[in-house]
Amino acid sequence: MSGYRLDHGGDIDRTRPLTFHWEGKSYSGFSGDTLASALLASGVRMVGRSFKYHRPRGLIGAGLDEPNAIVQLEQGAQTIPNLKAPYVELYEGLSADPVNAWPSLGFDLLAVNGLLKRFIPAAFYYKTFMWPDWLLFEPAIRKAAGLGTSPALPDPDVYAQTSAHTDVLVVGGGIAGLSAALYAAQAGKTVMLVTGGAHWGGRLAGTSDTIEGKPARVWIEDTLRTLAAMPNVTLKARTLATGHYDHGMVSLCERLTDHLPLEQRSGPRQRLWRVRADDLILASGAIERPLVFRGNDRPGVMLAGAARAYLHRYGVIAGRQVVVATNNDSAWQAAFDLAEAGARLVAIVDARNDPSAALLDRARSLGIPVHTGMAPAAARGGRSLRGVRIGRVSREGRIEGATQTLRCDTLLVSGGWNPAVHLHSHGAGRLTLDTNLQSFTPIAAAGHRSVGGAAGDFAPAAPIPALWSISETGEPDPEAWVDFQNDVTAGDIALAARENFRSVEHLKRYTTLGMASDQGKTSNVSGIGILGTLLDRPMQAIGTTKFRPPYDPTPFGVFAGHRVGEGLRPRRRLAFHDWHSENGASLDEYGGWMRPAAYPRAGESEEDAVRREVLAVRAGVGLFEASPLGKIEVKGPDAAAFLDRMYVNTISTLNVGRCRYAIMLTENGTVFDDGVVTRLGEDHFLVGTTSGHAGAIAEALREWLQCEWTTMQVLVEDVTTCWAVANIAGPKARDVLAALEPDVDISGAAFPHMSARTGHVCGLPARIARVSFTGELSYEIAVPWRDAGALWTALVEAGAPYGLTPFGVEALMTMRIEKGFLHVGSDTDGATLPQDIGFGGIMRKKTQDFVGRRSSLRSDGLRADRRSLVGLEVTDGNPAPLTTGAHVLPATAAAPQPGEGWVTSSTWSPTLEAPLALALVERGQDRMGDTVRVWDLGTWREARITGLCRYDPEGARLDA
Amino acid sequence: MTRYSAWSLLRAGLSGQRTWTPAWRDAKPKKSYEAVIIGGGGHGLATAYYLASKHGLRDIAVLERGWIGGGNTGRNTTVIRSNYFFPESTRFYDFSLSLYEDLSRELNYNIMFSRRGMWSFAHDRHGVEMLRRSANAMRLNGADAEYHEADEVFRRIPGLNPSPRFPILAGLLQPRGGTARHDAVAWGYARAADSLGVDIIQNCEVTGFDIRDGRIRGLETSLGDIAVERVGLAVAGHSSVMAARAGFRLPIVSYALQAFVSEPMKPVLDTVVLAPSTGTYLSQSDKGEIVVGSALDLFPSYAQRGSLPVLEHTAAGLIDLFPHFSRVRLLRQWAGIVDVVQDSTPILGESPVKGLYLNCGWGTGGFKAIPGGGFCFAHNIATGEAHPLAAAFSLDRFRTGALIDEAAASGIAH
Ligand SMILES: Cc1cc2nc3c(=O)[nH]c(=O)nc-3n(C[C@H](O)[C@H](O)[C@H](O)COP(=O)(O)OP(=O)(O)OC[C@H]3O[C@@H](n4cnc5c(N)ncnc54)[C@H](O)[C@@H]3O)c2cc1C
Repeated sequence: MSGYRLDHGGDIDRTRPLTFHWEGKSYSGFSGDTLASALLASGVRMVGRSFKYHRPRGLIGAGLDEPNAIVQLEQGAQTIPNLKAPYVELYEGLSADPVNAWPSLGFDLLAVNGLLKRFIPAAFYYKTFMWPDWLLFEPAIRKAAGLGTSPALPDPDVYAQTSAHTDVLVVGGGIAGLSAALYAAQAGKTVMLVTGGAHWGGRLAGTSDTIEGKPARVWIEDTLRTLAAMPNVTLKARTLATGHYDHGMVSLCERLTDHLPLEQRSGPRQRLWRVRADDLILASGAIERPLVFRGNDRPGVMLAGAARAYLHRYGVIAGRQVVVATNNDSAWQAAFDLAEAGARLVAIVDARNDPSAALLDRARSLGIPVHTGMAPAAARGGRSLRGVRIGRVSREGRIEGATQTLRCDTLLVSGGWNPAVHLHSHGAGRLTLDTNLQSFTPIAAAGHRSVGGAAGDFAPAAPIPALWSISETGEPDPEAWVDFQNDVTAGDIALAARENFRSVEHLKRYTTLGMASDQGKTSNVSGIGILGTLLDRPMQAIGTTKFRPPYDPTPFGVFAGHRVGEGLRPRRRLAFHDWHSENGASLDEYGGWMRPAAYPRAGESEEDAVRREVLAVRAGVGLFEASPLGKIEVKGPDAAAFLDRMYVNTISTLNVGRCRYAIMLTENGTVFDDGVVTRLGEDHFLVGTTSGHAGAIAEALREWLQCEWTTMQVLVEDVTTCWAVANIAGPKARDVLAALEPDVDISGAAFPHMSARTGHVCGLPARIARVSFTGELSYEIAVPWRDAGALWTALVEAGAPYGLTPFGVEALMTMRIEKGFLHVGSDTDGATLPQDIGFGGIMRKKTQDFVGRRSSLRSDGLRADRRSLVGLEVTDGNPAPLTTGAHVLPATAAAPQPGEGWVTSSTWSPTLEAPLALALVERGQDRMGDTVRVWDLGTWREARITGLCRYDPEGARLDA
Repeated sequence: MTRYSAWSLLRAGLSGQRTWTPAWRDAKPKKSYEAVIIGGGGHGLATAYYLASKHGLRDIAVLERGWIGGGNTGRNTTVIRSNYFFPESTRFYDFSLSLYEDLSRELNYNIMFSRRGMWSFAHDRHGVEMLRRSANAMRLNGADAEYHEADEVFRRIPGLNPSPRFPILAGLLQPRGGTARHDAVAWGYARAADSLGVDIIQNCEVTGFDIRDGRIRGLETSLGDIAVERVGLAVAGHSSVMAARAGFRLPIVSYALQAFVSEPMKPVLDTVVLAPSTGTYLSQSDKGEIVVGSALDLFPSYAQRGSLPVLEHTAAGLIDLFPHFSRVRLLRQWAGIVDVVQDSTPILGESPVKGLYLNCGWGTGGFKAIPGGGFCFAHNIATGEAHPLAAAFSLDRFRTGALIDEAAASGIAH
């Protein structure tokens, strides 16, 4: 027992005691406590085990700099690993456990690592575990590594996201932040002031310091009240600025419910703010550095500033017998405050020979013995500090001469302060060394500036002694900790320097210095100082490692926000979605759309249904929703010339009212898309695309217009979802259409295959195209999306006498395979050229240039042994279709060997009563009739190469 | 070179770890070299090592403008695999993978190649067909591949979301795939190359080329001029910048690719998973961090900084796969500048300048290629002939059109 609670002071509510659980035991604290302050007040010393050596550890910080008190909060779905205890607000019933200790914090088996410490220094794992194989050692290492445990259940919480714009964003609610916000607000700016913790006032909260003539507490309250009353000010506590990105974007994570008892939580747990501010003011304060000396990680060694915070914010005295060791003035104030609050101050140990007379006087008046020119040589104790040995210290940090031991249970240390330059640096701000501070301060940058502690405004008038590492040997001590969480010692830094890991980034990666969950808040600068001393190079020349977001670990959930489940990408529904669902469609996702795969009837498998649907279309008439087919309006005096440049086919020769099947290439000459282009007017085209590609094609068209052919007068508009499309296909399609009383002549002669008309069907404005992907007489009827219901009802009614059968995507695919119609993306990939799919002739004939032409005609495109698209007929008597994705091997292949191509589409053909496939095969078009072997994950099939079209090759049915 | 072993650690332990010597010397540049490699990333260092070890060249320098491994090699998510589609790719990457399998012992440096398998998923009918196509291609081209139906995927990957937004219908597992410790790969090659006499020169930026009659004669660097007639360029995201200085253009666009790590946790995921639906892929490092990556930032850039939109996208992709990681916290995000080629296949071989060779275009996936790339590049520089495994990766393919479009064939390539 060492820490204890005062009966007065602090920002806690002593009338509201709270019960909480730590390592399964019950404790109590008060409303306003954090888990750390409540543990400290309860006399709990050891709060964690270090990452590697599992050394017992106590609290050293009072904020996000805390490296030791890493906890697992709550259990089950609520659990969160690796929270920093000083940042966990206490609530009734809170339950937390230490991490990385097994079976318990007090008795941790892996503490044995600490005994082996001398053999397993930094980076030892690069030097061993190679023989016979790393895989033998890895499982044990993995088990030992890691801190807390991942939740095993889905997150029960939801997260919100929002964006804001403000004239001024002030980050940090300390005195500097409050002042800056007030100043900007009084100048009439809109101001957003955020602070990460629950309290305002930063380091000075609760202290007796005076600000503008008022006690800090009063000044803070007054300022907050003024700000809160201003309409142009937004105040947000529990809102941590996590990152500062390009162009001034700042991300904030607001904790909405984490401080409430579990059963009182509702609504989003946290909210991500994306804030753009004209002016970003960083008032993020400064972080204290521990002193680096032997045994400085014993529970009971704490940062002096943290002890002061525990006193003033929570009314907690960190220990009963306190020694303060420092190289600067700030820790003296901690000693004075603690002494005045009744703590027993054993001594103040200052490395400087000449602390100011004012400090000395004050210490004397409080009866605190002072040792100047001295520093701690070693902390004593095991799981708890018992004393500290101190001695005279040289400028280089060497302890010289005799030492004496001071008995104490608490050692408060300060090695100086580092401005929190993280957000400044995220935003590419540069740093300079302040030699008085012995730390890095920000160089003002465009768009953002730092104020107060974050700017190093507290720099003393004279340089503080650097005192990067204290040792009795004059060499960095392997028992002096620099990075507490990751167990990096001063000796490790020396090892890295010895082995030439001298770039600060190498130092970090080799030793893991600063790679822990605090990203080196308390350790990086000390590490740089130690390295600089070893290499005899100024710290400025060594520089810092890169600062990276987030400032403190932030849940993935808050970044995902609403993008979970269906919100990740809402599925698109067809115009006739409800009808499909009500009529037994099995819906599946195709290119982002939920589409009927088939309409299986009771007792039917999907294959049965496909077979029935295909036969119904071939013999009668079927109904298919084709709304997702891309529809892009291309309009303007240069529309025809533009499309000639975009398509392999010539579009300008198309007559008004006629349609042409066309393919489009990428700049590399590969097949990009196909579709039907319709000429609606002299300068007006409707470009059809594949369903999944509408957006990409519209963008490609615009890119060419905007970036290359800027003088062409063409307008491009993607109207895919403006029009709902019903496709009726089959020999009786015309009868069904006629029953809808169209106001255009639909006779075969007046409305031939590959033409389009604009008019009305059943009184609705409609575009009708006579095009076919099934190989049958077929009409696509497009009506405005809002009229979809009316059209569909009319169709179903009109079709009933003709046995109109709804069919799904799978039946359509089967029919197009029977016809040998290409499906871009299945029968082509990013390597397919137009000549591979039978467009060589069209390309040769076209005299005009078009996108992809040059590329497709490079020498590789003219190779005779290219893969070309062919049909395959199965010759092994096995009725099962070939597997799409199976590979084609030569007839002579007896064992697996690199293939000659692959099956791109495959189906059972109900029409031909045989399995059919399409395939890309080397020299395929020259090998008609050849037999090949087809290999799929170890199974062999036999097939013969055929032409593509296996059904109505003359196309008589299309022209019917 | 002190040999590393458990024994040497034990000995050093007894003398306070004082006996270790530099892993590589800090060399000063000489006036001339037989060959110089520009770029001290994995590829540059591996190339130097193989030039020395396989081809007996000793008068070599690696010039690195910053610190070795500080480019993409030290920033990447370390997935190693050879699950490519085209035989040229599979052959090359599988060779590289096989070098990785023995690399720790070869270099006497534990690079922690962790063979924990790499999965990629199919989310829809078409995806299943493409996955099958890839599985077949890999097996026929000599790589290991297992194709599994959904049940088996879920059985093998505990914690995988049973009902993600993008359903998991099938999985392709490459059991030999895995991860390695990226820094160790750079350091291991550096140490081994150094021990063979290679000069590793950090903080030395190449600022210009001395080119006469279409042939390279020397380099201008921030540490002075160097006469050299055989130069290998291995500078990843800066290849196009360097090519411009040498007077030619490369079909490379540089983008930022980001990576993300969570706080370290006890083991919870013991394989590598890629979901093409969102491009999200992840693994758990030996330290316990979940290492996540996804798509490129969508605009060309040379700034090695992360951004918020890609973070949001990646977090969403991660949670779709493993909803319990929603409460897990992101520790750090960063970015590297990757050299993206239109067909997602590297460029390895001659440049338009005689004596200047190219090793670039690895894009989002060149870490796995470091041993193979270094090996083949060294062969090319030493012999003047492309190594058969890398012959298809020549710059000339953009003239002939013999592209190897892995991007189109396999979705996202990391
Ligand atoms: C976030 C991210 C994730 C990735 N994930 C994977 C993955 O999971 N699997 C995978 O296989 N690959 C991955 N990659 C890709 C992989 O990292 C790279 O392809 C690979 O590291 C490239 O190695 P390199 O040696 O060519 O380049 P680099 O490691 O970038 O080295 C190039 C070096 O050249 C130096 N240089 C540049 N200009 C000059 C100059 N003028 N003079 C001297 N030196 C110069 C640079 O400083 C740099 O050190 C990822 C990349 C990133 C950024």
